[in-house]
Parts: sequence; structure tokens; C-alpha cells
Amino acid sequence: MRARRARRMSAWHLVLAPLALCFALPFVWLLLSSVMTNAEINRFPPALWPKGVDLGGYRYVLGNAMFPRWFANSLIVASVAVVSNLLLGSLGGYAFARMRFAGSRLLLGLMLATMVVPFQLTMIPTFLVMKWFGLIDTLGALILPSLVTPFAVFLFRQFFLALPREMEEAAWIDGCSRLRVLFSIVMPLARPALATVAVLTFLSTWNDLSWPLIAINHDTQYTLQLGLTTFQGQHHTKWSAVMAGNVITVVPVLVAFLLAQKTFIQSLTSSGLKG
Amino acid sequence: MSTLPRALTLPAQPAAAQAARRAARRRARQERSTAWAFIGPSVVVILGLSVVPVVWSLLLSFRADDLVTPGRWVGLDNYRALAQDPTFRTAVGNTLLYAALYVPLSLVGGLALALALNRRIRLIGLYRTLVFIPFVVSATAQGVLFSFILDPEFGVANALLHQLGISAQGFLADPDQALYLLVLISLWSGVGFCVVVYLAALQDVPPELVEAARIDGAGRAQVLRHVTLPALTPVTVFLLLWQLITSLQVFDLIYVTTKGGPLGSTTVIVYFVWQQAFQMFTAGYGAASAYVLAVALLVAGGALRVVRRRQGRTDGGVR
Repeated sequence: MRARRARRMSAWHLVLAPLALCFALPFVWLLLSSVMTNAEINRFPPALWPKGVDLGGYRYVLGNAMFPRWFANSLIVASVAVVSNLLLGSLGGYAFARMRFAGSRLLLGLMLATMVVPFQLTMIPTFLVMKWFGLIDTLGALILPSLVTPFAVFLFRQFFLALPREMEEAAWIDGCSRLRVLFSIVMPLARPALATVAVLTFLSTWNDLSWPLIAINHDTQYTLQLGLTTFQGQHHTKWSAVMAGNVITVVPVLVAFLLAQKTFIQSLTSSGLKG
Repeated sequence: MSTLPRALTLPAQPAAAQAARRAARRRARQERSTAWAFIGPSVVVILGLSVVPVVWSLLLSFRADDLVTPGRWVGLDNYRALAQDPTFRTAVGNTLLYAALYVPLSLVGGLALALALNRRIRLIGLYRTLVFIPFVVSATAQGVLFSFILDPEFGVANALLHQLGISAQGFLADPDQALYLLVLISLWSGVGFCVVVYLAALQDVPPELVEAARIDGAGRAQVLRHVTLPALTPVTVFLLLWQLITSLQVFDLIYVTTKGGPLGSTTVIVYFVWQQAFQMFTAGYGAASAYVLAVALLVAGGALRVVRRRQGRTDGGVR
């Protein structure tokens, strides 16, 4: 059976290969055009294959534009958000899963209810709150609202509820503090939940455009997404540079995805289905 | 303790019980403060940046406010003006058209692709990866890439059409094409999500059921229609809701590619809200339109949940 499958090509390749190619072609074009010269692009019809690898676009983007700065900004915002969601999300989730205190149900319900509030409804007052804190035009305005999401708290809570209690109780009776129980006994078991929260937080903060667009005006504080779209607006004839910038914006996500494809897909499918 | 005379230990017992009770109470109190320390930061951030803004937005929607100078109370004027604003009506129409195309196409396309990808042949992992990859790329990157591909002068799309002998198109600069092209771009990136969700659900369709139907003489189409699709219903409802909410909130892609144009043909509700609040500085008006969108989203979500529950009940009744 197996040997036959290996020898005979399935007819499905004739359907699937062109389809898969459709999804891949825009990326191929992205890469190709980022190493073309502007002369190759700015003629009609444009070249479909570069004559050689021209790194002028990358040089321009890394030298003249602020892409390195924007990259660092994006990295700072995304990593702080990931670490803090893991920390605050697990702390909150653990309290909701294991500890009894007055009002816990009400609070959890309220937090869950906020998950259905669309961003557009909160964006204007959130802008005003950030202005009041003096955070507009700083990375703080991007970090503060993404420090912890109700989704992270809820996901950790659900995960902890499914864990057996016995070990934790034994440790607790032995006099371990809740914090130590959480970090030395529960967290090592919570790898899947940690991975899911990390992946989704990274994706949503790295890829976000709308909030940085509102909260940031000064180009030293841009994130990559905001920088890329502004850069495109200002350089619409320097397409190879724009595409080089686009490659720089996309590559971190693609590398992360290809390295941890299974985790990404599991996180993305489970996140919605459980909600 | 054991060395002490009996007479001394006996009266001490009630005190010990009291001490134990006190210790338990102390422990409960300690537990409560630990719990609050654990959830405190989350409560402050989440409720502070959602409940407060939700109420604030509502108040704002009854005011004329430019975010700079103090505003004034105008009652329902913003909502009345919205009802008569042709730009807002266009935005609602565009959003509905976008959703009406994107949601069903992404579901049907996702299911078809998932069925095609649900087999064990060589390279299937590569095919699945390629179909899914656009989903993790930001809408900004997608928008920048496609405004280049679809650029009327320098884009590769027109170059290809030229070689096929078709005249150059305006694409995103053409008010009759722009919205449909945005739907296509969203499908390119969004269908992968439906595919992986459907693929995961297809693994859960009980193989005994499929086999039983086969033995009973059902053909492939019949198995699909009477066994596979009914088993996928919960997932389909979830995806329907998810894609609907996503499509009603589309913004990033439009900001990057068309900025609502040409001639307002791609102005969607969120773009309208953003424009009112942060470009025209009519924050009260923007807040009112955001409230209209939020209520629409709630109604859509609620309606779907009701349908789902009713479906569950009739299914249970039949069984």
C-alpha cells in the first residue's frame, strides 16, 4: 500500500499544486521585487525576473530610513506584551481557577464580557486616557493596553482547571506559598497554554496597525507596520525599497511561524473554538 | 506537651481550637489578599481600559467634542445626524457588501480547500503550509504588497494582463473594482484560517460513521452531504460568527491600500469612525458611529447564538 502510494503520483497534485502556488506567488513577487533595481520595476511592462540581486532597496531602507529603529520599537512592544501577558495572565488565571475570594465570579464574568467589546468602541476614550497619562507618542501608549488581555487570563484559567489538584495541595499544605506553588509546580505543566498565549500575543501586537496609528505621531516612535505604510506613502516610486521594508516587516513572523508551525496552528484553532 | 500534667492541658483545649479557628481565618484572609494581588494588575488594565472607555464612549456620543476643547451636551443629535449622513450610509453599505462576499466565500472556499487537503499524499504538509501562511502576515504588509502588485502603472498584474492582450485596469484606483479586489485580498489571507479550523474538525468526524454510510451504499457526495457536513455544523457556526465579526471590523487593509477611496467606494464603518474621530476631530460623532457598529456586532453575535441554541434543541429532539 505504502510502496504503491510512493510510486504513483496522486492526481490531486494537479489540483493542489497550482492552488498552493496561488497562495505563494505574491510572496515570491515580494522577494523578487525587493532585489530588483528601480529601473527594472519602473518600466512598462516591468521585468518579471531580476537580472541580478540588487540590494539597493535594502541599503536604502536600512541606511536612509528609520526601519532599524521601527524594528526595535516593534520588538520592544511585542516582547514586553508577551512576557507580561504570560506573567499577569497566569497569575490572574491561577487566582480564578484555584483561589476562593468574594466577587471572583462577578469579576471573571466582567472580564469575559469585555472580550466582545470591539476595539472601535474603546479607541477614542483609550486615546484620551493615554493622553491624560502623557503617554501619547511614546511606546508606553502601545504597551500599556496590551499588558494583559482577558483572553490570556481566561485561557490560563481554563488550562489550570483541567490540571489535577493533588500535587498543588500537597505542596500548599507543606507550607509553600501560592506564588511558589504556581511557579514551581503548575507552570512547568502549563507549556501548551504558555505557548498559545505567547504566539497570539506576539502576532496581535507585532501585526497591529490601528492602535499605533492613533497613539503615535512622531516617526521615532513608529512600529514597523506604521512605519511601512507611511514609508510607502512617501516613496511610491521607490518600490524596491518599499518591498525591502515589507520583507523586513514580514520575515520575523514567517520565521517564527515556520519554526513553530504546529504551535501556531494549534494556538490559532484552539483559541477561537474554546471561546 | 506530653510531659505536662493532665490538669494543665485540659483547659487549654478550647483555646487551641480557638487558635486553630483564628489561624484558619487568618489563612483565609491571607488567601484573599494573595488572590487580589494576583488578579489586581489584570483587573486594573482590563477593566480600566474597557469598562471605563465603554461608558465614556457612550457619554461622548451624546456630546459635540473635538478631543481638545471642552465639549457640550447635544443629546441624540449625533445619532440623528448619522441617520441622515450619506457618507455613513455608504460606509454601512460597503461594509455589508464586503461582509456578504467575504464571509460565505471564505467559508465555502475554506471547506473546499480543507476537503482537498485532507488526504495523505506527498507534499501535503507543504501545500497546507502555503495555504495558511498569508494568515500570519499583517494586513499592512498584505496591503503594501498588493498595492504594488495592483499598481496601474508599475504593477505586475497589469503586465500579465498586457501579455494576455487585455487592456490595463485601474484595480484599486477604480471605484467599480476596488472593494471586490479588497475582498479577494482578504480571502487570500483569511481563507487559511477556515482551512485549518475545518481540517482540525475533519479529523474529529467519526470514521465509523463514514464507513457505515459507505457500507450502506452511499457515494462520496452522499457521505459528504449526510455525514461530514452535519458533523461540521458547530465549526461552521463558529467560523461564520468569527468571520462576520472580523469582516465588520475591517480597517488596516483599507487604510493601507485605498484610504476609503476612490470616491468613497471602500469607506467602511471602522474607517468612518477613525476618520471622524482622528481626522475631522468630531469625536462625539465618531463615538456615536462606533456605538452603532458595536450594537450591530452584538445583535449579529446574539442572533447567531440563538440560532445555534435552537438548532441544538431540534437536533436533540430528533434524536
